[in-house]
Amino acid sequence: MLDQSYYTKTDEIIAVYGKKPASLIPIMQDIQGVYRYLPGELLTYVAEQIGITEAKAYSVATFYENFSFEPKGKYVIKVCDGTACHVRKSAPILDTFTKELGLSKKKHTTDDMMFTVETVSCLGACGLAPTVMVNEDVHPKMTPEKAQELIKELRG
Amino acid sequence: MINNREELKAAVASAKEQIKEYDVRILVCSGTGCIASGSEKVYEEFVKIVGETPGVTLTFEPHDSDEKKLGVKKTGCQGVCELGPLVRIQKGDQVIQYTKVQIADCQKIFESTVLGDEVIEALLYKQNGISYKAPDEIPFIAKQTRIVLENCGKYDAESFDEYLAGGGFSALQKALFEMTPADVVDEIDKSGLRGRGGGGFPTGRKWKQVARQKETTRYVVCNGDEGDPGAFMDGSVMEGDPYKLIEGMMIAGYACGAENGYIYVRAEYPMSVARLRHAIAELESRNMLGENILGTGFNFYMHINRGAGAFVCGEGSALTASIEGNRGMPRVKPPRTVEKGLWEKPTVLNNVETYANVPKIILQGSDWFRSIGTESSSGCKTFSLTGSIQNTGLIEVPMGTTLREIIFDIGGGLKDGGTFKAVQTGGPSGGCLTESELDVPLDFETVKKYGTIIGSGGLVVMDDNTCMVEVARFFMSFTQRESCGKCVPCREGTKRMLEIMEKIVAGKGELEDIDRLQELATMIKSTALCGLGKSAPLPVLSTIRMFRDEYVEHIVDHKCRAKVCEAMKKYVINPDECRGCSKCAKNCPVGAISGVVKKPFTIDPSVCIHCGACKENCAFDAIYIED
Ligand SMILES: Cc1cc2nc3c(=O)[nH]c(=O)nc-3n(C[C@H](O)[C@H](O)[C@H](O)COP(=O)(O)O)c2cc1C
Ligand code: SF4
Ligand code: SF4
Ligand code: SF4
Ligand code: FES
Ligand code: FES
Repeated sequence: MLDQSYYTKTDEIIAVYGKKPASLIPIMQDIQGVYRYLPGELLTYVAEQIGITEAKAYSVATFYENFSFEPKGKYVIKVCDGTACHVRKSAPILDTFTKELGLSKKKHTTDDMMFTVETVSCLGACGLAPTVMVNEDVHPKMTPEKAQELIKELRG
Repeated sequence: MINNREELKAAVASAKEQIKEYDVRILVCSGTGCIASGSEKVYEEFVKIVGETPGVTLTFEPHDSDEKKLGVKKTGCQGVCELGPLVRIQKGDQVIQYTKVQIADCQKIFESTVLGDEVIEALLYKQNGISYKAPDEIPFIAKQTRIVLENCGKYDAESFDEYLAGGGFSALQKALFEMTPADVVDEIDKSGLRGRGGGGFPTGRKWKQVARQKETTRYVVCNGDEGDPGAFMDGSVMEGDPYKLIEGMMIAGYACGAENGYIYVRAEYPMSVARLRHAIAELESRNMLGENILGTGFNFYMHINRGAGAFVCGEGSALTASIEGNRGMPRVKPPRTVEKGLWEKPTVLNNVETYANVPKIILQGSDWFRSIGTESSSGCKTFSLTGSIQNTGLIEVPMGTTLREIIFDIGGGLKDGGTFKAVQTGGPSGGCLTESELDVPLDFETVKKYGTIIGSGGLVVMDDNTCMVEVARFFMSFTQRESCGKCVPCREGTKRMLEIMEKIVAGKGELEDIDRLQELATMIKSTALCGLGKSAPLPVLSTIRMFRDEYVEHIVDHKCRAKVCEAMKKYVINPDECRGCSKCAKNCPVGAISGVVKKPFTIDPSVCIHCGACKENCAFDAIYIED
């Protein structure tokens, strides 16, 4: 069960976009912006508030890659594997993050909930390929060595 | 508040005055690229230095003769992203371009160049031993023609006043006061402007179709989804000149009788969203957006929608479905978007760059626009130049410019002296052009003859370290993952093609696979519902056509000439370098290495799984990959 604060926050977000079906996606985005994932209970609540069925809300949420029903780590590391980054060797960078953090193709988040590692297909900084985004900050010209340093830095 | 034409004219005059009063402007690039390189800190450092220096002001206050008036500004992408953070120091007409500016450089720049007249040689742009001071002299910039990107690097991307000072909103003024909506549509039609989102559909024709619908509730939608992975032109425009995009959409709204405009922005572009939101708020607070704009009775409201990570949402009907709050799946056409688009109403849907071209066309006229570019494709096109190229960055050139000019004159040639192999145009929906096409003029029609498309403008340059078969596999895996699954040819066909591509790069391909790929490609191209499926096979087809020998090499000789495909790598121990320490034998996960301590070890190629662990860890660099 989520505590009341989650619902209060969700009400605030709903108020910004209005109680209408078209508000579903921006509301989910903002909820995920706050909690770094989309708690199922809140999605059910939002559906009811904006007047759509729960099934519809889930069908929309699962369609888009960015919505996650699993809690994510404090640092979400998105390794770019767009074309520009790919030809400038982004694969070893992803490998480094996955290996260093003990993750795999199936396991994306560390047990201590510090890191989530994902791939993304372009961050719009292709001129500085290969790139990596940590939460909203883009890190340019990455190398496996820089990836190791970055983890150290984030661990503090 | 700007409530009528006179007030707008007064605001423009005063903005122009104000900008002239600056003694020095420090223009810090605040594009996504430079911010990644640390330009925000450089900006803050300059603000601090300027603020702390007595006798210097940082405000928009009227000029005081005892003080030097300085401005520290955040501009859009200055172009050469790879050399960021970029900073320009502007004194009247004189501009100096600095590259790779670090926080530690700011004080020196301030004392030497801002207060003094000294140029810091070390921070200048250099090419072939020549240093360049002014941005317009740098070959990378000098060889471009900038229409859409005109303001990027010159004005503060966030400031309404700076946009006015650079001539902003004169086109809207002209449209609203001197032209009827039909005149505007006509002018765009005559200009020959074609959609910059990839398809190249004539914009004027699209506007006409919307304008003549019976239904009077209409929408203007801007496609800022920029799905091509490896392209950042639209993002650069949204974050670097948000007012221009909005002005273009307002003109479209006036021309087509729409009161609401929506911009759909790619999820990974937080900076674009922030700058657009800021610009909208600025315009609303001045009555430049909303009801009765400039007292003309024209109403226009702007909305922003953020994407949520689905490439297919760049397709028009999927995009409008997403704005409506639905799954972003393409639908069968007709009805077309111009008849029944957003909320089933007539909708003008154009790309960011398309709208950003509109103000200048209205202002300078269609003849001027037609004088640039080629017969079939007028105007300029932005490209993002990436991959194995010396100068990566954002460029704008007349349609019809050749690849040679772009790659060698503007881009400075291949990175690290590499050899040119191919350039991918149109991303995952396009194909590649090679050495023999270097002199082909890039425009919508010509490029099609070579089996690819201009696309939205991503140019990824590849050298001989790139494996074309692996690149084709990469695109296939992208489109397969992004297929929305609505229709079978695309959903299943891309999966089958990807499996074959994976087989080939794993060294398990057969020659018949090439035919199978071509058959599948033909089937998908002709039966898929939307552009994603229709174009998904193009990168494979294009690489088979241009680089068939590489496919054959992978299949028959188990050889990857670029040494990229893991499975083709033959790891060998050099007996002259090996000290026989046995470390590699202990590390090998499959026991492929054997030997006697202190004598050279050997690798059994029939057991080796090409993991690379041995090579990475040999302290004596004794292990190499054989050609
Ligand atoms: C799968 C797919 C993805 C697309 N992605 C984009 C995109 O990211 N940006 C864009 O402007 N157009 C994209 N398009 C093209 C649009 O459907 C549409 O043609 C375009 O936005 C119209 O604007 P224009 O005429 O100004 O180019 C895509 C099309 C398809 C089929
Ligand atoms: S072609 Fe592919 S992306 Fe397009 S509708 Fe069909 S399955 Fe979806
Ligand atoms: S690690 Fe290097 S030096 Fe040691 S046995 Fe292997 S190849 Fe020889
Ligand atoms: S590449 Fe891997 S599998 Fe092959 S010999 Fe070296 S360690 Fe063993
Ligand atoms: S391809 Fe990686 S940032 Fe664009
Ligand atoms: S972002 Fe600064 S030059 Fe491109």
